[in-house]
Amino acid sequence: MAKVLLLAEHDGKTLNTATARALRCAAELGDVALALFGGNTEAVADEAASLNGVGRVLRIDRPENGEPVAAVIAPQLAELAAGYDVLLAPSSTYGKDVLPRAAALLGVPQISDIMEIVDSRTFRRPIYAGNVITTVRVPESCKVVGTVRIASFAAVDRSHAPAPVESIALQASLPSHTTWIGLEASGGDRPDLQSATRVVAGGRGLGSKESFDMIFQLADKLGAAVGASRAAVDAGYVPNDMQVGQTGKIIAPDLYIAVGISGAIQHMTGIKDAGVIVAINRDGEAPIFEAADIGLVGDLFQILPELDRALEG
Amino acid sequence: MKILVGIKRVIDYNVRVQINRDGTDVVKEGVKMSINPFDEIAVEQALRIRDAGMADEVVVVSIGPGAAQQQLRTALAMGADRATLIETENEVQPLAAARALMKLVESEGPGMVLLGKQAIDDDANQVGQMLAALWDRPQATFISGLEVTEGKAKAVREVDAGLETVEVSLPAVFTVDLRLNEPRFVKMPDIMKAKRKPLETMTFESLGIDMPPQLENLGYAPPPPRAGGTKVESVTALIAALKDKGVL
Repeated sequence: MAKVLLLAEHDGKTLNTATARALRCAAELGDVALALFGGNTEAVADEAASLNGVGRVLRIDRPENGEPVAAVIAPQLAELAAGYDVLLAPSSTYGKDVLPRAAALLGVPQISDIMEIVDSRTFRRPIYAGNVITTVRVPESCKVVGTVRIASFAAVDRSHAPAPVESIALQASLPSHTTWIGLEASGGDRPDLQSATRVVAGGRGLGSKESFDMIFQLADKLGAAVGASRAAVDAGYVPNDMQVGQTGKIIAPDLYIAVGISGAIQHMTGIKDAGVIVAINRDGEAPIFEAADIGLVGDLFQILPELDRALEG
Repeated sequence: MKILVGIKRVIDYNVRVQINRDGTDVVKEGVKMSINPFDEIAVEQALRIRDAGMADEVVVVSIGPGAAQQQLRTALAMGADRATLIETENEVQPLAAARALMKLVESEGPGMVLLGKQAIDDDANQVGQMLAALWDRPQATFISGLEVTEGKAKAVREVDAGLETVEVSLPAVFTVDLRLNEPRFVKMPDIMKAKRKPLETMTFESLGIDMPPQLENLGYAPPPPRAGGTKVESVTALIAALKDKGVL
């Protein structure tokens, strides 16, 4: 069995769902050790140990690891990876920031956004905004290093027998040239767009910032996160970080309701792994209907209030 | 301070990409090529930093075929001072690109290197991080805000959870996201002027670049289609269909 090292993502309190998804891919490749970098990872380690498919949990606790700085994490990750055949990270902004830095230190190529395993060295990944899928093979001389496209893998369950947890001390000397200042979280009380199981998204069809409130209302009724098309963001209805699509967030909720979104290819790239896609649009010829599981053609200004009332009942 | 900006020649983002008949490549013949849009934003940002008096020279570099001179000329027309092409007809993957850029970093000694966060062809999102590793310098990736002061820069990063702020000592590598700025349009007189700006050509051999191992490319295919479903006629039918699928 290959030895697989997976970089876990967490906020010091809980694991990010990206980790449980990447773990599904990692476990298919071999025995998984989950690497937790942090200031104090005790609480997260317990959660990590219960994930199905984790063989060992490695805690790398030191004060410098309390913040997610790639220049600090990458040299430690590269050192730790020496004993492994495979090094993976979720293809979140965290994984994308850290892993190429580690790959360069290891002197090996990285596969970005693994969406499918063909064999232990061969993988499929999307290029050209998901319009083309390429198959790549890692040379025999190299460790397999890659980020896992989280929308392509379902999260693993929690097993009943917790995996052993070890504390690891590493030698890598750490730089002090980067100061992490802070994070301004988006979304408020609503679920996080990246990990929500239900998402309601609005497009240019809403016509104004004020009308976009109807999207928020529907989302709150469903306990859903709110997303938007690039057109809605460009029109200033909602801030940047709500954009769903190739240049925004790539998501895979169980339910995605697209309201007034025509379905430009770059938007569809961001949602094609969603469970059920619902499209509500005035234009019955809009490309979104080609991918939607359920389509409703009509005026959203009539449909949304009606939907609101129906959900009350 | 000198700013080095990396730009890549890619198929224009408005082109619908086609795979060739035997699935070995995408069709590039007779297709419009442009500067990778993220890299264009990097060029714009470098020019703004220079024009604000925080830098005195903007050098653009590209790695690719001889035809990439066109994209370098465009960057010169935007206002960059000079250009370097590291010419190769071979496929250059991110680690090889990072090593090539590292050679230029050694000879140019920039205070900042600006790159797009990813190229819209291979969507790898690796070169900036890899260059920062080889250089052993800070990286600020996916930035949508940048403030440069003496010897330092504060960058706002677009991360999954929101907006993150980091401060880095210079020199450092920055990879830019879509919303950092809106690149300027190039005017005709600037295109004429750009023809007289210096453009130097080098090769992997002349730079003595140690070629790293690369991924073997086994072919291209279209994405699996997502089968469309059915249309319903009313909100009531929509809710019934959602319940039927177990998502409500």
